[in-house]
Amino acid sequence: MAVTGILMLLFLILHMAGNLKIFFGRDDFDSYAHWLRTIGSPVLHNAWFLWIQRFVLLVAIALHAVSAYQLSRRDLKARPEKYAHRLRPTASYATNTMRFGGIIIGLFVIYHILDLTALVANPNGVEGAAYDNVVADFSHWYIALAYIVAMLALCLHIAHGFWSAARTLGAVTSATRATAYKATAGVLAAVITLGFLAVPIAVMAGLVD
Amino acid sequence: MKLTLRIWRQSGPNAQGTLVDYVLDDVSPEMSFLEMLDVLNEKLILDGDIPVTFDHDCREGICGACGMVVNGAPHGPQTLTTTCQLHMRTFSDGDTIVIEPWRSAAFPVVKDLMVDRSAFDRIIQAGGYVSVTTGSAPEANTQLVPKPDADLAFENAECIGCGACVAACPNGSSMLFVSAKVSHLNVLPQGQPERESRVVGMVEQMDAEGFGGCTNTGECTNACPKGIPQASIARLNKEYLRASLTHRR
Ligand code: SF4
Ligand code: FES
Repeated sequence: MAVTGILMLLFLILHMAGNLKIFFGRDDFDSYAHWLRTIGSPVLHNAWFLWIQRFVLLVAIALHAVSAYQLSRRDLKARPEKYAHRLRPTASYATNTMRFGGIIIGLFVIYHILDLTALVANPNGVEGAAYDNVVADFSHWYIALAYIVAMLALCLHIAHGFWSAARTLGAVTSATRATAYKATAGVLAAVITLGFLAVPIAVMAGLVD
Repeated sequence: MKLTLRIWRQSGPNAQGTLVDYVLDDVSPEMSFLEMLDVLNEKLILDGDIPVTFDHDCREGICGACGMVVNGAPHGPQTLTTTCQLHMRTFSDGDTIVIEPWRSAAFPVVKDLMVDRSAFDRIIQAGGYVSVTTGSAPEANTQLVPKPDADLAFENAECIGCGACVAACPNGSSMLFVSAKVSHLNVLPQGQPERESRVVGMVEQMDAEGFGGCTNTGECTNACPKGIPQASIARLNKEYLRASLTHRR
């Protein structure tokens, strides 16, 4: 969970930063999208890097989901008889919604690939016209809404996930470090989420069209 | 105080259990929680009923026997307090108190509120010890322990093996217990010979007992009557990673 989670987190940071290029206009954004296909060339053939990266991410997602499934099954088996009086929860909302939030994010990723990678679910759906495709998406309030909900789920997932991963990897061995890691998790979650949300909000506000 | 007690009654390990209501009319706020149960049991015996079975020994917060879940909180609502150290003044007149045993596949119910915690004993046997040379006591200063290490070991040595961490964990994980033992022994010079085999052995036994996996919710620490910190879990993970890279079987 921890290793694959951190791998995906690194990708998200780059993805979010790349998205912000939309604020520099259509040409900048489209040529950035095109450049992604040329990374590694001429050593690598056109779009090979992209496919390697997609493959790694896909494996990470699959392993993340399989471990989550195995862990959940194990946890359910560890408490066959439930409490009659609900356990008094003391953990945060983010912590308690990891499974549910993870499923929302997973479904969103599938939709997102169909929408902006495969272009089959995109209202515009023109290859190479990344900018117009994005704008076409967020001109529909329900697409924007789904996107925003998914990003908020992502925010919570990272807020618990980052620091939980750090703990799993043995990094948070004192209370002071715990505070530092928790703060880092919060900042990461906030920055990534705000970065992603900036795009639909800008489109809806007419700053990007 | 007048209280309604809703207590889990189960006549044996394989019997079907159920919650049963009892009303106690004059409970003194000065009573401890276990004394309150004693009063109930006296009443049940006089009435010709079977008394409620619950585990207890020291009644001073050091043996770890008295665990029960009170209103959804292991050891009751007061933090850093075992059930035996909980007093009835924490409750109010007219309250209904739901009392259940620890719920964990690894802690099967023996009777009523008593569970079998020998899974913890087997985890201890798998590595929760140090080798010592018996005979005359060694000179005290031959083995120096840095103060911060001594403090860390002591903080973790406070674990009384009560199992509240397992009871509180939404995943039924026993990581906090194991991490307390590993942190306590692995940091001391006396614990070095078994440093790797200890953590590997204890974690393997923990998994074999059917405890759940840790997802770092922190419910364990919040329920622990001894305040074993969540940071110990990170130390357990670190020791385990280290041992998996270096340990020879
Ligand atoms: S870690 Fe705390 S809650 Fe768990 S067994 Fe030890 S004393 Fe009890
Ligand atoms: S009876 Fe010993 S800790 Fe409560």
